[in-house]
Amino acid sequence: MTESHDRAAESAGIDYIEVEESPPFQRLKRAQRAFVFPLAIAFLLWYFAYVLLSSFAADFMATRVSGDITVGLLLGLGQFVSTFAITMAYVAYANRRLDPQSRAIREDLEQREAGAR
Amino acid sequence: MNEVFGAIHAAVQTVENDPVLNISIFAAFVAVTLFIVIRASRNNKTAADYYAAGRSFTGPQNGFAIAGDYLSAASFLGICGAIAINGYDGFLYSIGFLVAWLVALLLVAELMRNTGRFTMADVLSFRLKERPVRMAAAITTLAVCFFYLLAQMAGAGGLVSLLLGIGDQIGQSIVVAVVGVLMIVYVLIGGMKGTTWVQIVKAFLLIGGAVVMTVWVLAINGFSLNTLLEGAVAASPKGDAVLGPGLQYGKNPWDFISLALALVLGTAGLPHVLMRFYTVPTAKEARRSVVWAIWLIGLFYLLTLVLGYGAGALVGPETIAAAPGGVNSAAPLLALYLGGPVLLGFISAVAFATILAVVAGLTITAAASFAHDIYASVVKKGNVPPDGEVKVARRTVIVIGVLAILGGIGVQGQNVAFLVALAFAVAASANLPTILFSLFWRKFTTRGAVWSMYGGLGAAIVLIVLSPVFWGTPTSVFKDVGVAIWPLNNPGIISIPLGFFLGWLGSVTSRRAEDRKKAAEMEVRSLTGFGAEKAVDH
Repeated sequence: MTESHDRAAESAGIDYIEVEESPPFQRLKRAQRAFVFPLAIAFLLWYFAYVLLSSFAADFMATRVSGDITVGLLLGLGQFVSTFAITMAYVAYANRRLDPQSRAIREDLEQREAGAR
Repeated sequence: MNEVFGAIHAAVQTVENDPVLNISIFAAFVAVTLFIVIRASRNNKTAADYYAAGRSFTGPQNGFAIAGDYLSAASFLGICGAIAINGYDGFLYSIGFLVAWLVALLLVAELMRNTGRFTMADVLSFRLKERPVRMAAAITTLAVCFFYLLAQMAGAGGLVSLLLGIGDQIGQSIVVAVVGVLMIVYVLIGGMKGTTWVQIVKAFLLIGGAVVMTVWVLAINGFSLNTLLEGAVAASPKGDAVLGPGLQYGKNPWDFISLALALVLGTAGLPHVLMRFYTVPTAKEARRSVVWAIWLIGLFYLLTLVLGYGAGALVGPETIAAAPGGVNSAAPLLALYLGGPVLLGFISAVAFATILAVVAGLTITAAASFAHDIYASVVKKGNVPPDGEVKVARRTVIVIGVLAILGGIGVQGQNVAFLVALAFAVAASANLPTILFSLFWRKFTTRGAVWSMYGGLGAAIVLIVLSPVFWGTPTSVFKDVGVAIWPLNNPGIISIPLGFFLGWLGSVTSRRAEDRKKAAEMEVRSLTGFGAEKAVDH
């Protein structure tokens, strides 16, 4: 549980401020934020562009592309495609780039904790 | 064509006058899930077992449970009906519910899993002054759960009139009570483990049923989306208009924009969704659960697009609008058209199962928040015997269940569709700003958190009370009385920016600096998973 864990961490002399300022952690933090922030902003902009077009450019969205398939329908389906694509991109990035870094830091901390016990 | 409609109408009458089939399929669902719940409930001693299912579910299992928790009757029946009658605008509405999951995936799920134990408040109060922040987070949690729960219980009553042909007040009240009692039993016996299994089974049935019906509809239309759309256009009195925007939200686009903001930013702040992240052993499994949830929810909304236009083309918007239950009857009527009374019975049972699974998830979230945050941490200041907290949680389940039954009976005949949108608006205005600030902004303070949560909650509720939802229109709570001061039905466009602004303002005006060590600890733990709660070993 958390309480016993905290005591163990304290007695191990884990200084979270020092860990937080350490280069490996700073690298991990930058790698995480540099990926998720731009992606989050991009998908929000793309979604609201779609919502605003549907709200204020109804005629454009009702334009037929082929048969009864309209621009709006295709852009809407595009939201599904982009959502799935971003999901897969994030998982690939997290597995390849973030997980190894966070595992290394975590294992190091766990060893220090175990050593002090 | 008239003959077909006549036949459907007659069939609806007979099936609804003879609801034995619907009830027996639903009873079978209850029997199977109850069996699973009882089997799953053998290790339900500790708080980690009761609130977080021993953190023993896998990512895919939890992904199904999230989909089961999230795809409420409103999304299934409501969105199918909206597309059947208003076409494109119903589809537009559904997209917000899916895209929103990217906020949860990218910004919230893993970091929450790494820093919390049972509730949203665990994370929010991690590095701030515990009691005021925990209290505020518990209140917004209870508010969201209450609004959502009331909407679902009212929906249960409405669904009965549609599916079982029980139109009178007493009959509907009995069904609401039955749903409530079943929910109490599930949550009391099964805890989070049982609730999760109910949600998994329901997600299977719901998505499976939707897949079958979609393939069926597409087969009738030669597997051509274009032929399907042509059929929908031909059957609709509005013709071409169903292919483009405007039929549902055209009158005031700002209302939809306000709603879209709440949908996209609210999902990652829904407490019952956040709590699901604690039922898996690691952050990586939390990530996998969201990925599974995104695929399942995305698939489901693609299916509803076909089902909605299919109901429009095959059953017809006018028949749907005239049926008991109105818009909500699109999917059941389509099932009846395709597979006769048996498929209708199956879809009806799935709709009930949907309500049951969602209310169970909401109830355990609310009970956990009351017992863990308010009772154990704020009132008792952490001095509770090991089993005391769960005992309180179980009692809270009964209280919430009774309140939900009374509320569900009380609001019958009222137009409560706004409650779901309000729940999302509160989650986006009161919860999400504090979640993001506390995870990503070092200078965030206790005052910022408290201002943001109470301010966002208050603004969302005050704006709804001043809106056309309450005043001045034929569908208002006070019919045709007074004038709405706030012109939109959705408060999000004001209350969400306000929630973020108050979080910032409260933080920059704080005189007291927050604990630097705790902030560093939270950052390290959230990103590395060091010291995160482990799965319970049985």
